[in-house]
Amino acid sequence: MTLRDMDDPAVPSRDGMIARGLGRSYGDVSMNPSLTLVGTGRNRILSFDEKTGQLTAQGGLSMAEILEVFVPRGWFPPVTPGTKFVTLAGLVAVDAHGKNHHIHGSFGDCVSWFDLQCADHVVRRCSRTENTSLFNATLGGCGLTGNILTVSLALLAVPSAFIVQRTLPAPDLDAAIEIFETHQQATYSVAWIDCLATGAARGRSLVLLGEHAGAADLSGTNAGNPFYFQKRKAKRMPFDAPSWALNRYTIRAFNHLYYRAGSTGPEQRIVDYDTYFYPLDAIHDWNRLYGRQGFAQYQCAFPLAASRDGLIALLDEISAAGLGSFLAVLKRFGPGAHERPLSFPIEGYTLALDFALSPGALTLMTALDEIVCRYGGRLYLAKDSRMTQATFEAGYPDGLATFRALRDTSGAAGTFQSLMSKRLSL
Amino acid sequence: MNPSDSPVLVLGARSDIAREITKILAGRGHPVMLAARNAENLSADVSDIAVRHGVAVTGHEFDVLDIGSHARFLEDLPSSPAIIVCAIGLLGDQEADAGDATATRRIVDTNYLAPCLFLEIAAARMSLTGTKASIVAISSVAGDRGRAKNYVYGSAKAGFTAYLSGLRQKYAASQLHIMTVKPGFVRTSMTEGMDLPGPLTCDADVFAAKVVKAMDRGSLVYCDLRWRVVMGIITHLPEKIFMRLKF
Ligand SMILES: Cc1cc2nc3c(=O)[nH]c(=O)nc-3n(C[C@H](O)[C@H](O)[C@H](O)COP(=O)(O)OP(=O)(O)OC[C@H]3O[C@@H](n4cnc5c(N)ncnc54)[C@H](O)[C@@H]3O)c2cc1C
Ligand SMILES: NC(=O)c1ccc[n+]([C@@H]2O[C@H](COP(=O)([O-])OP(=O)(O)OC[C@H]3O[C@@H](n4cnc5c(N)ncnc54)[C@H](OP(=O)(O)O)[C@@H]3O)[C@@H](O)[C@H]2O)c1
Repeated sequence: MTLRDMDDPAVPSRDGMIARGLGRSYGDVSMNPSLTLVGTGRNRILSFDEKTGQLTAQGGLSMAEILEVFVPRGWFPPVTPGTKFVTLAGLVAVDAHGKNHHIHGSFGDCVSWFDLQCADHVVRRCSRTENTSLFNATLGGCGLTGNILTVSLALLAVPSAFIVQRTLPAPDLDAAIEIFETHQQATYSVAWIDCLATGAARGRSLVLLGEHAGAADLSGTNAGNPFYFQKRKAKRMPFDAPSWALNRYTIRAFNHLYYRAGSTGPEQRIVDYDTYFYPLDAIHDWNRLYGRQGFAQYQCAFPLAASRDGLIALLDEISAAGLGSFLAVLKRFGPGAHERPLSFPIEGYTLALDFALSPGALTLMTALDEIVCRYGGRLYLAKDSRMTQATFEAGYPDGLATFRALRDTSGAAGTFQSLMSKRLSL
Repeated sequence: MNPSDSPVLVLGARSDIAREITKILAGRGHPVMLAARNAENLSADVSDIAVRHGVAVTGHEFDVLDIGSHARFLEDLPSSPAIIVCAIGLLGDQEADAGDATATRRIVDTNYLAPCLFLEIAAARMSLTGTKASIVAISSVAGDRGRAKNYVYGSAKAGFTAYLSGLRQKYAASQLHIMTVKPGFVRTSMTEGMDLPGPLTCDADVFAAKVVKAMDRGSLVYCDLRWRVVMGIITHLPEKIFMRLKF
């Protein structure tokens, strides 16, 4: 793979080029063997308004840096994914969602504007009033409209670096959905779901609600120093787990214990933002848990009306295959951004799973694709590396033509290409 | 340690090593003056450091090869520097440059002659203030022994190292601390694309932290322990053997 710094003038070959941030997308969205432009060196903060929280920075600035610099001053990213090792440009390019999607929308909703270097080398300012169609297509456009150079967004004022977390056990899927629906006002909500539970316990979950903790919620030293907490040193997963370590029995046992601990523990806890938002970042190379073969992510979303039936069909298929996932996550999305052709979230429920890679897992995922299509759902491009073009086109019926047309007319189609864009004929 | 309000001047501010050293010093509260060629596109670095660390940051046009401008440049700075970090360097292209008078002169001037002349003026001024001051100048292990791969650059750095050693002696009785930094391999734009030996190579941020620590201790010459071992061997090899080695 040829890697180049984004600031180097690059002349792409016939195979085009693609930008890459911190590579936290699981699949092939940020890869092009003939030319991949690495944007992480462009991480300067260009301006910050202490009164409004408006931050303008180069696209390679990471979420981790934003947290480090601005949390002590009382500001927090309005939308954040489950890892902080991502760049602003990467978040724009996948229009990432956080645990507050039902209230705040996706990353694009907190972006005021960005500068995009297009195929004709012209840098265009894109916003809700300027170059609107480029703005919309780039949010979720997986780097296929141009290189995102600068991003401007408004940070959120917060009273502390802590979250009041409530854990609500849900004995089955209906109970979990019920909790999400009745807690639409909660700022953050997400559920850990047991994919291997069957029968009456099918879809049992622990729903985690979160609110930014105010001074009154904090006690002891934290109350006097609400933006400080002792950062933990990340642990390393020192070796690849042997392939037999994760099987239906160990996962089932883990899930059982985890659910029990969650449903019998204290309902409310105060946790720092790292613990609440970025649990996986605490273990570097956590993916090695899945052994040498690695793993595949699978994330789908269903429209609200079809969500319950779609999820049940998925859970039945997964438990029948016996291929569980440790890190299955269920979340209620708020309204999606229909004006952004490839933005993933749609109003309804999303389920994210990961499977240790094996021929069985690939077969299962193909079966899951069928279910997703049957219930009018779609897959998240940032986490995909294997869906077929047909599955993709079924999932994004409205925006696709717009997106392809924009790529053709702007010349982006010939210039910006990734392994994914070739696989899905984007 | 230098008082945290003492102004820092960074020469070659765009260098990856310099940027990382600057981050650490600005993090301690030092006001920073960034000097480089094409200062107009330093504005991103200026705002970045100002926002992250809440210190005063300014950008200044500086071409070390413009020798006549050195004294003026120092006078025009918003405050007199109490710490100077000099990260200017030019590796060049050994094969193309050897035997080419213009190219060789450019490498010698950039790595040796021009920085020496600048630091001569700066040291004289800094020593006069009677307060604690530091010069951190980046030379290279390449100056310890000439190698076929980069002897144009290496010999210029050798001159620079020797000059700094003399300058240090000259000001030994003053409050001016002069530290020579001899990096081995650091992953920066200078070494991009080179095939570097992993155990002997470090990232710019890690290297910068070590340099600042050495400055705090008052070290006179800073070279990473592993590289001291490697260079200890290399510099002691008899010429007859050394000339036959291929590295
Ligand atoms: C543990 C974990 C948890 C996650 N949780 C969530 C979550 O909760 N919600 C969610 O939405 N996502 C989640 N993700 C996915 C992650 O947010 C996205 O993959 C994000 O895009 C990664 O950013 P990156 O900087 O690593 O980009 P990369 O993975 O390097 O690239 C992602 C896309 O951005 C494009 N891109 C990068 N830089 C530029 C640029 N300068 N100009 C144009 N295009 C560019 C690339 O071409 C590619 O299409 C998670 C990932 C992990 C590993
Ligand atoms: N990286 C290594 O492995 C390594 C090893 C040994 C020694 N070193 C030394 O470490 C120092 C920093 O290098 P680096 O690795 O960070 O590489 P770098 O990024 O290439 O830095 C060199 C800097 O020198 C500046 N410069 C060159 N000519 C100049 C001139 N005429 N006037 C003003 N500035 C000039 C460049 O400025 P522009 O931005 O304007 O080009 C650049 O910022 C150098 O002295 C280098 O020789 C590095």
